[in-house]
Formats: sequence, structure tokens, C-alpha cells
Amino acid sequence: MRHIIAVLLENEAGALSRVVGLFAQRNYNIETLTVAPTEDPTLSRLTLTTFGDDGKIEQIMKHLYKIIEVVKVVDLSESEHVERELMLVKVRAEGAVREEVKRTADIFRGQIIDVTPTGYTVQLSGPSDKLDAFIRAVGKVSILEVVRSGVSGISRGEKVLTA
Amino acid sequence: MTTKQDNNTSAEPVEGAEMLSGGDMLVRALQDAGVEYIFGYPGGSALHIYDAIFRQQKIEHILVRHEQAATHMADAYARVTGQAGVVLVTSGPGATNAITGIATAYMDSIPMVVISGQVPTSVIGTDAFQETDMVGVSRPVVKHSFLVRKAEDIPLAISQAFHIATTGRPGPVVVDVPKDTTDPDVLAPYVYPREVKLRSYSPASRGNGRQIRKAAAALLAAKRPIIYAGGGVIIGNGSEVLTRIARSLNYPVTNTLMGLGCFPGDDPQFIGMLGMHGTFEANMTMHNADLILAVGARFDDRVTNNPERFCPDATIIHIDVDPASISKIINADIPIVGQVTSVLEDLEQILDAQRQKNPEQPERKALEDWWRRIEEWRGAHGLNHQMTIEPDQPILPQMAIQKLYEVTGGDAYITSDVGQHQMFAAQYYKFAKPRRWVNSGGLGTMGFGLPAAMGVQFAYPDATVACVTGEGSFMMNMQELSTCLQYGLPIKIIALNNQALGMVKQWQDMQYGGRHSNSTYSDSLPDFKTLVEAFGHVGFKVTSAADLDPVMREAFSSKLKDKTVFVDVWVDPHEHVYPMAIKGGSMQDMYLSKITTSMQGDYM
Repeated sequence: MRHIIAVLLENEAGALSRVVGLFAQRNYNIETLTVAPTEDPTLSRLTLTTFGDDGKIEQIMKHLYKIIEVVKVVDLSESEHVERELMLVKVRAEGAVREEVKRTADIFRGQIIDVTPTGYTVQLSGPSDKLDAFIRAVGKVSILEVVRSGVSGISRGEKVLTA
Repeated sequence: MTTKQDNNTSAEPVEGAEMLSGGDMLVRALQDAGVEYIFGYPGGSALHIYDAIFRQQKIEHILVRHEQAATHMADAYARVTGQAGVVLVTSGPGATNAITGIATAYMDSIPMVVISGQVPTSVIGTDAFQETDMVGVSRPVVKHSFLVRKAEDIPLAISQAFHIATTGRPGPVVVDVPKDTTDPDVLAPYVYPREVKLRSYSPASRGNGRQIRKAAAALLAAKRPIIYAGGGVIIGNGSEVLTRIARSLNYPVTNTLMGLGCFPGDDPQFIGMLGMHGTFEANMTMHNADLILAVGARFDDRVTNNPERFCPDATIIHIDVDPASISKIINADIPIVGQVTSVLEDLEQILDAQRQKNPEQPERKALEDWWRRIEEWRGAHGLNHQMTIEPDQPILPQMAIQKLYEVTGGDAYITSDVGQHQMFAAQYYKFAKPRRWVNSGGLGTMGFGLPAAMGVQFAYPDATVACVTGEGSFMMNMQELSTCLQYGLPIKIIALNNQALGMVKQWQDMQYGGRHSNSTYSDSLPDFKTLVEAFGHVGFKVTSAADLDPVMREAFSSKLKDKTVFVDVWVDPHEHVYPMAIKGGSMQDMYLSKITTSMQGDYM
């Protein structure tokens, strides 16, 4: 099963390499990874998605927590949460399909953020499967380039993740 | 160097704090951390530090002949004293040579602080002479690492390094020190932080009370219990309380390779080491148990054999300071995370109280039946090799270990290398006390034994220290014989010489149709007696069983008390280590000799 794991870690040189290294070293896989400093500049927040059964996820969580710079670890998938991913897509849009690409972008609540006579660059955000659906809807042939941010996640309600 | 101008000008003084250079701070911080020895090897990036060492008296630096040996000495020093061992190496090859020793300590959870010189900050990343990304290279095999940015960070880094290395599940910590941060011309205020607080690091201490009560109830209800104790009991100083609990319950105790000595090896309740080369009785007892109390052990693959078929009837209580060790390989029914001594003391109290309330537990009849079965297993296939000596008989390696046990009165510090001799030592030397058996259990590092023995001798100059090795392992670090002479280390090296890489050869005999691919070299072995004499030591060569006793007695005699002695014992090259687990089976599936297995008898 897919899990979204949120990690608070010391915003120090080398901390990220320990997290990434752990996954390589213990043969866990990372599907997406996103990281940036938080409102407290001494802390970074990292969100990663990975696949595994409960036993494997439990080991991943424990090993993450063993990293000295890691302050907190939470499996967001264990409870109600919101996930978002940002995607920028460069799409071929000429002639008859030009209007259709625009319509599809509208349906997905995408924004066209760059325009050329032959194409659009569309910005979309949402859960990963919505972004996947957009790519399917536009059709692989029309897509020139895709860049995705990886998943960011936060729990619903009053629960907060702080040091 | 522009960086020095930009970042590393002398810092503002702090009131009451002495102004020191980074090099002096490093050495002062080590003094303040209580360090007695540094094991190391100088080189360009570490020279400021070496100069600071020269100008002080408190810490003795031990000059090795290869950095790997320095790490093993520090590691063994830590294993026998419980204090962190300290290593100092230079950048580049000095640092990479230390990696094997760091990995060895990491796998066995040994506290160690490794200080590596690094090229100056201004040239990091430029492929400078002797530059290696030490923090990167060591990352998978350290508990933590630091890259020092400026001189005034050094005391904190050292203080944190010792704190992290020695608490929780111990392990090696690397402190990488760029040369500019130790510049003798750049001064900064020296303040050694005695208290270390890290918001992101709080190792477990006391175990959960409810879990401990559950464990006590399960222990008392057991009919076929076994205590499976590992290296964590030794590292966590839990041997005494473990022994009290085991004796008070009269439950059988088995040890992992790393746990030997945590329960007295000569006690009738001790049923030997378990696992791949564990005793028949230990493995049978495990497999048939209805309750396993696992303490400071990690269900290593060399213990469990096939995890799918592991101990089918057993309820498992698992005590470990590292939550990641619990339910990693085998699911624990009653997991307890905590410091071993604290958890065992709590457990002991509850057990005592419960038994006062209900003296019927544990059930006496069941325990008697259980012991009867265990004694049957012990009688059937215990470790009892023939000891009568025929005149022309080849020396069996087991006999050599038994002789070593005899001449040292069972009271020596024994280090070992890796291979058949290691297993024979583990099986036949009955360790009565913790921290007496020093070997590379997790990583299985050949070349560990000799430097380890040296580290032990530094820690305890008056103790009897013997290194059980093979000729293969010995040749991986034999340059340290030179260090032995320099520091007058009277260690005794017992080499079980079978003129082959014995364990490799054994596997090739058993699994590869006897094809000895690259495991023999009998035509090209040195004459070890002459070799050690060239290094200024005393050498013996024993080839017949009849000479074993007199030579071993002489080696450990008071006449040679102050000498490094090497005994080249030519053993039967065809001997295998048994029992040996049958791959893919359960713990009760074992080869018992070249022609018999545990499945042939009716031992159930």
C-alpha cells in the first residue's frame, strides 16, 4: 500500500542525504520526495511517498526516527489527511486540438501559465491521481514535458506536526 | 586561502574561557571526555592535531601500522571497558582505511569516536590531494557524523559525538575536521559542554511497565522456556541481573556469538551458543520452546535459519534498546523497548512479587520435564571431542581451544578473527564473565583479532590476553606485530593453522562438490615462527598433538609473561565446524558431522 510519510528534520547540511541514503541502504523505495525549510528556519519538513506492507512501513518509520537529525516522523496515511502535488506540463496545442487542450485544462482546474503559437504550459495541483488523470486525458502524444513536485501532505483537523 | 580570511579569523573571547586553537581544542575536548588512548596514524590533514597531541601529556597516542588496525584496537578497548574507543586518522586513504573498522563497530553496536582530518574547507570538493568525502563514505556505517565548520564548533562536536556514541544503542561516530579549523594561528574560546541535549535524540531508558508485567506473566506461565541473550546484555551491563533472573527461575540460557559471557559459560544452566554453529541442545531447546525471552539479541540470520520455520510454538518476549530491532525479522509478541538493565531490574521485581503471591508458578513438574529433554539433547550431541592423544594424531582445532582454556584457567580475554577458529573458540572456551570474548560478530571482519587483542591489552595491561586466529585472518593485519614491539604488548597469538581458508573450504566441501576455489595456499605460507622472530617476538610451531600441552604451557608461562608470543598450531586441515545449520531449514535442522544430521535420530 502507498504511504505518505512526513518527517521533521534539523535543517542541517547532510541531514537529507542520511534520509535518502537510508532508503537506498535498506532497499526501500522512494516514489516521491519533497523537502523545504519550515516557518522555523532550523527545521525542514520532508514528505515522501513509498510502498510497502505494514511491517515494512513500520521498519521505515523506526529507521527514519533513528537518524539523529530526525525530530518527528508521522505516517499521514494512517489518518485523515490532505495531499497535494504541483505539476507543470508543456503540451502540444495546434489547430483543432488547441481548443480541446484548453478545455481539458479548465475541467481539471489547471491554469495556462505560458503560451506559444504551438503549445501551452499548464499548471495543475491536486492529489497525484488527479494529475495522472490529466496526463491520460490530454494523451501521451500531445505531452512534451512534465515536471512534478512530488507529494506534500498535511493531516486534517487540529492535529499538527511540530518539534 | 580566502576561506580562512572570510570564516575563520579568531573568534571573540568569552569571559573565563581560554583561547585555544582548533587543534588544541580538539585534544582538550578529548581530555575532558576522559579519553586515555588515541589509536591513530598521522598525515597531512591531521598534522595540526598531531602537534597538539605532542604538546600534552594526558592522552597517550598509539601509533599503529595501518588505520584499520587503529579502529579495531579502539573497538576492542571499548568492548572490554565500556568506554568509547578513540581513533585519529588523516584524510583520504587514512579515512577510507578506517572504514572497515568503523563498519565492524557499527554492526556490533560498539561506541567509538573516529576523528578524521579533512582537506581545508576552501578546497573541499576540488579533488584536492588526499581528499575523500568522509562523511559521505562512512554514512551507511556510522551512528552519526559531524563535519566541523569552524574551530569553535569542535568542543560541541566532540561532546555530542561521545554522547551519541555511548548512549542508546551505541555505535561509531565520525568527526571530520578540515585542516583550517585546527590552524594553530586561529584562536577561539574553549568551552566544553558537559551536558548534551539534542531535541532529536532521546534514547529509550525505562521499559513500559504494562509490557514488563505482561512479560512476567508469560514467563511464569511457560512450560518450555528459554532465555536467548545477546550482545546487548553485555553492552548494557545487564549480565548480573540477567544471571539472577535466570538462576532464580532455573530456566535454560543460550547466548548469541556476541552474548557469550553474559551468563556464565560454565554454569549447568548454560546450554551453549545457538545458531548456525550453535550447540545441538541450544538449537533444539529453541525450536521446541513455548516461550523465548530474547534480551539484547536481534534474531540475526545466523541465529534463526529460515525465519518462516523459526520456533513454531514460541511466544516471543523481545527486550531491546533499539525499537528498529524489534519485529525486524521475527515478530515479537511482547516487545519491550528500553535499556536492558533497567528493564530486567523491573522484570525481576515483578517476578519476585508474583512468585511470592503464587509459589505454584512456574510449574515445577513442567520445568523438570523440560530439563530432562534438554539433558537428553545435551547428552546426545554435546560438544565432546576426543581428548585422548595418540602419538601421531593430527591436532584437532577443538583440542587447541580446550588446551587454551586449560592453561589460562578460563580467565583470559580472548579475541578472535573470523572463520572456523572463531567458531571453535566460541564453542569450546567457556566464558564465565562478560566482556571477555571479543570478536567481530556482525560484520565478520578478518584481521580483527590481532589489533583487538592489542586494544584489550592497552585497557588491561596486566591481564592475560590471547588472540585465537587462523593463518588467513592473521595475515590480514600482521603488520601490527611491529606495534606490539613498540609498546611491549605481551599478547599471546594462537593460530589454528590449517593451511587454508578453513570456513570457505568447509562450505566448498559441503555445497560445491569439494571444489576448493581459491581457498588454499599451502605451498606459499610463510614460516610464522621465523616471521614473528623477525618482528622481535617469540614463535613456536606445534605439529603433533603430544607437543600441544608443553608448548601452550610455555607460551603462557611466567618466563614469557612480558613477550608477544605466537603459537603456530598445525591442525587437521580436514576438520569442519559442527553442528552446522542446514540452509533453509528450522533451527532443529543441523548437520552434526560430515555424515550425520539431526533428522536421522528421534530427538523430538
